[in-house]
Amino acid sequence: MTEIMQTGLGLLAAIQEGIPIRPPAASSIAEGVDRLHFFLTGITLFFTAVIFAIIFYFMVKYRRRSEDERPADIEGSLPLEVVWTVIPTLLVAVVFVWASSLYFENSRPPSASMEIFVIGKQWMWHLQHPEGPREINELHVPVNVPVKLTMTSEDVIHDFYIPAFRVKKDAVPGRYTSLWFQATKLGTYHLFCAQYCGADHAEMIGWVYVMTPSDYAAWLSGGARGEPMAQAGEKLFNRLGCATCHLPDGTGKGPSLVGLYGKQEKLRSGEMKLVDETLIRQAIVTPNSFLLPNYAPVMPTFQGLINEEQVLQLIAYVKSLGPEERKANSK
Amino acid sequence: MSTAVIDALPEASAQPSRVNYLNASYGIRSWLLTTDHKRIALLYLSSITLMFFVGGAFAVLMRLHLIQPQGALVEPDTYNKLFTLHGVIMIFFFLIPSIPATLGNFLVPMMVGARDLAFPRLNLLSWYIYAIGAIFTLYATISGGVDTGWTFYPPYSSTFSHTQVVPVALGVFITGFSSILTGLNFVVTIHKMRAPGLTWFRLPLFIWAIYATSIIMILGTPVVAITIFLLGLERLLHVGIFDPKIGGDPVLFQHLFWFYSHPAVYIMILPGLGVMSELVTCFSRKRIFGYSFVAFSSMAIAVISFLVWGHHMFVTGQSVYAGLIFSVLSFLVAIPSAVKVFNWTATLYKGSISYQAPMLYALGFIGLFTMGGLTGLFLASLATDVHLNGTYFIVAHFHYIMVGGAVMAYLGGIHFWWPKITGRMYPDGWARFAALVIFVGFNLTFFPQFIIGYLGMPRRYAVYPPEFQVLNVMSSAGASILGVGYLIPLIYLIWSMRYGPAAGPNPWQAKGLEWETPSPPPTENFEEIPVVTEEAYDYAAPHTGVARG
Repeated sequence: MTEIMQTGLGLLAAIQEGIPIRPPAASSIAEGVDRLHFFLTGITLFFTAVIFAIIFYFMVKYRRRSEDERPADIEGSLPLEVVWTVIPTLLVAVVFVWASSLYFENSRPPSASMEIFVIGKQWMWHLQHPEGPREINELHVPVNVPVKLTMTSEDVIHDFYIPAFRVKKDAVPGRYTSLWFQATKLGTYHLFCAQYCGADHAEMIGWVYVMTPSDYAAWLSGGARGEPMAQAGEKLFNRLGCATCHLPDGTGKGPSLVGLYGKQEKLRSGEMKLVDETLIRQAIVTPNSFLLPNYAPVMPTFQGLINEEQVLQLIAYVKSLGPEERKANSK
Repeated sequence: MSTAVIDALPEASAQPSRVNYLNASYGIRSWLLTTDHKRIALLYLSSITLMFFVGGAFAVLMRLHLIQPQGALVEPDTYNKLFTLHGVIMIFFFLIPSIPATLGNFLVPMMVGARDLAFPRLNLLSWYIYAIGAIFTLYATISGGVDTGWTFYPPYSSTFSHTQVVPVALGVFITGFSSILTGLNFVVTIHKMRAPGLTWFRLPLFIWAIYATSIIMILGTPVVAITIFLLGLERLLHVGIFDPKIGGDPVLFQHLFWFYSHPAVYIMILPGLGVMSELVTCFSRKRIFGYSFVAFSSMAIAVISFLVWGHHMFVTGQSVYAGLIFSVLSFLVAIPSAVKVFNWTATLYKGSISYQAPMLYALGFIGLFTMGGLTGLFLASLATDVHLNGTYFIVAHFHYIMVGGAVMAYLGGIHFWWPKITGRMYPDGWARFAALVIFVGFNLTFFPQFIIGYLGMPRRYAVYPPEFQVLNVMSSAGASILGVGYLIPLIYLIWSMRYGPAAGPNPWQAKGLEWETPSPPPTENFEEIPVVTEEAYDYAAPHTGVARG
């Protein structure tokens, strides 16, 4: 018995010295997730220990002493059944409420988040800052600023995972998903793909650099790293001929895109739809999948003609024509 | 512990010379064309044992490879095939048929007091279907393998993978029918062929568990069959169902897949829970504590299991509200499982507990299943699942349930009914030693993976950052112990078939109709159909030792 204790203590010491039991906690939500995790670990250890202790006690106390033993019948006990149904139920109810409210908080990005776009591609992460810089398998972000990632995939399903931030979300082809985080500690952290995506899945990893705001500003402006996304989008908008129909005053064959982003639009079916990244993407890729009341479905599809990065640039351009300009125009 | 102790049983002198199902006829034809449920059980036993060791060999190669962060053994492509085939073979060709098709096939008719299953020829057909599915999959393995993961997520599987997706998918599709037919056979047998006096609430709990499992098999398997069929269709004919490039929705596949594959987890574990109730009662000589609660908890698990599939998709971008509902339902399914553990523990109270090998497996099961179940709470909790999903934490969790739970129960059951199946005893000392080796090896293999997972290492990584090496080496070391642990029973069980002492009809002094007939049983199981006059697990009554009927 003492040997087992010693081995256990030795292992504990090794764990304390050598093996960490949690990754660095470098985001605003990390501590909260860890608290829940260690609460659940406590529950697991407690119940496992209790059940083991009872079983060992019974094993010794009620071991068979002679071959002819015939213990008396015990049918069961309704009060006991109720107790051990109700206690776990209450316990999981507490955990459910705790975990769900935390998840609710953690999944709502603050409105003032800065935005970065992510495209997963076999086998690299392609990141695009609205100001222009593009990165591959590296993500530079300022500390203490909420960052929202809008993600998609060029091919198969990937999953964007930063363990130190306790955030993870699939990058799914054909749609946008998003996650947000606010880094709280300067440093360099792992970035993993956590959804199996083929041969080099394990190489689809990178680093997240959390920088001071001034370092980040210097990094952003350092060197020519491509033009801002909205500007690239505007060029594309003209080159692809979008501008011939989507006239800013609304007299073209297509609706004006000025001030459209973030608005509720009425479809021909009467349904109201929020104009967000997903809807704009849908309008570009499969334009006839929904109809507008005053416009004929004449827009051609751009699927296969432009890649996900270019779609994001077009979206950035449409967003840059945001509601503010609409107000300015209508005055 | 390490020396073989062959228990000299009082019946050991009586060699089985009478006609039984094993010696009733000879020759390969008499086996391949048999409609005897007991012989079909043995056909299944040998085929799933083969598949278990094939799947296990893949696991050994994986753990060897992961000793070094840059990968010690194979190319990433090969590694991806290893974990895919390990998963496909272990889940579809070992775990799903394991207890139902071997012990279930052997025991359901005997436990309900019938001469065979309701549809004996259908039963043989289901083994052939299983074998054809297995051959397809093994063929695909030899002809290049498959690298999609056992989950076959599109569009990777439908468009991007260059491996043998279709043959493997076809193998899984085919073998699904074997499971449907087996489930159907059990349901009809349990409904219609119970011996006189054997009411529903006198049934052994193993039968309740098999009944619940059969319902899942019948209702769930067609869904995965359709899903895999659609996947094959898309891969071959480019019909746009799952690939967004041609108008499909990849998340739709995940819904359909998990609608079956989550209940399938309960196909794997419920029969194990049934075996547990038999073992715990026999080796503590006690009626099960709270019979109806244990019985209904199986049914509750079967029903709720169909409503929790979305917890596999918390990070796919599924709506927050859908996440909430799947989370609460996943918590609910934990409760009947907990109730079972408490009832088994309470069964030991004031019992007469002995520690032969099957009981050691059972006790090991309770420990590992408890841990597996409790770590499930981390994954039902939305906030922690976001961090843990797709990491080694998941791998550790489901191995605690499916290996620590299902395989321990399966081995416990095999050791318990082996004397009935073969008429021979195995060396109990070796069997207890193997149970201990497996328990230790298992924990060493999978416990470190909980920590690796929380530290953030994703699963299905052929190479990994060096900081995870220490824990990975621990896990690989454990796996080598576990591997040895699984080989020991293979050796002494085969040995016992020829050299084991005769077991007699009821070496454990167990209750239940299967123990009231000689070992090995005659082809027709019972000379006369027994009439049941007592409740299940009536251990308080003195042991008669006389085979009835």
